[in-house]
Amino acid sequence: MKAVKIKEGIYWVGGIDWNLRNFHGYLTQRGSTYNAYLIIDEKITLIDTVKSYLTGEMLERIRSVIDPSKIDYVISNHVEMDHSGGLPELMKIIPDATVFASPKGEAGLREHYRQDWNFKAMESGTVLNLGKRSLHFILTPMVHWPDNMVAYMPEEKILFSNDAFGQHLATSERFDDEYPLDIIMLEARKYYANIVLPYSRQVEKVLVGIQDIDIEMIANSHGIIWRKHVSDIIKGYQSWASNETRKRALVIYDTMWNSTQVMAHSIQDAFESKGYSTTLLNLQNNHISDIMTEVIDAEYICVGSPTLNGRMLPTMSAFLTYLTGLSPKNRKSIVFGSYGWGPRQIEEMSGILKEGGFDVVAEEKIKFIPTPADLAGLRERISAVI
Amino acid sequence: MNKKYECDACGYIYDPEVGDLDAGIQPGTSFVDLPDDWVCPLCGVGKSDFTELSE
Repeated sequence: MKAVKIKEGIYWVGGIDWNLRNFHGYLTQRGSTYNAYLIIDEKITLIDTVKSYLTGEMLERIRSVIDPSKIDYVISNHVEMDHSGGLPELMKIIPDATVFASPKGEAGLREHYRQDWNFKAMESGTVLNLGKRSLHFILTPMVHWPDNMVAYMPEEKILFSNDAFGQHLATSERFDDEYPLDIIMLEARKYYANIVLPYSRQVEKVLVGIQDIDIEMIANSHGIIWRKHVSDIIKGYQSWASNETRKRALVIYDTMWNSTQVMAHSIQDAFESKGYSTTLLNLQNNHISDIMTEVIDAEYICVGSPTLNGRMLPTMSAFLTYLTGLSPKNRKSIVFGSYGWGPRQIEEMSGILKEGGFDVVAEEKIKFIPTPADLAGLRERISAVI
Repeated sequence: MNKKYECDACGYIYDPEVGDLDAGIQPGTSFVDLPDDWVCPLCGVGKSDFTELSE
């Protein structure tokens, strides 16, 4: 396994996680990569590492360029273990190297690994000279952990952005002009929806902070590196961070004896008749992390569940926990479901959505089996409120 | 002005009666009197990412 040159004297030396399919509950059907970067300068520098089980792969790629024991500086842009997991083994090879991190990054690395490495905490705006090149650090708290920072190299116009602008995508290609752009954008959108969305206000501030920087390449920490479509992914982030929606309705439901499902179809029909782009998503067939990719630009998030033991179905409970945690803003909702004797799930679902800031515009319930007249009435009432 | 403020990013609550001694903020300091460069002690975002809590 070899390093991949991304600019003269700068190499990708990361790990490819071909088999990864579940990243703490986020389905990663295309695997992922953990991107580490080696800079050959007067000070040999490594930016980030990989998950611990890919440390050998990272070291092999580094060895294809230089003996790892020659590394002087290690930059840790983010504490999370998919980027810092290689540090313990690496630091055994280079015990005297300096580890640069944000102040919260240093604290976090100490709490993770209990090692007294030669840390140096970097404040926002600090410049580290490597020789011919330099790294300018920008702290980006809560994009998406308190410790996050990014590093900009003005001499090469590279932004080492860590998790920002990344995608879970395992490929042998490293650049956005070598792989289908629609797949990269879709995975970047899924990453934003499942990881970054709750911190959109902080993202907007970072985007303002970098707008005057000349960026030719975004060397992120997951998936494909941006060099041809830098402005496309920045525009994507601007749009997602602003919670901009379009005339689109999602009807997300689970069903027991088909009654809630036929209600879902009627609600979808009502939206379609009003010119909405609609998507029906049964929780039995769609993973919550894939649904989030759809949520990102939808004006309406409609949710349906029948009653089970006086509650909503657990699939819906899991989805609502995930959805409200990821906290999309400016969304409307319709809550619906069938019931046998007490429709307590409606209030339960509505309560969670309202607490999460959703505007619940209708609550619809039908006893046992909906009749054609019930469904016609439902369609009419929904059409009237949207 | 004894209003509490909540961090939008992580949920930390600034309580003027407690202050933030680690950052040199004495008890009795109202949120509006915090220096502009004060940041959330838990997650590091700035004052503009806080929302006043209604009583």
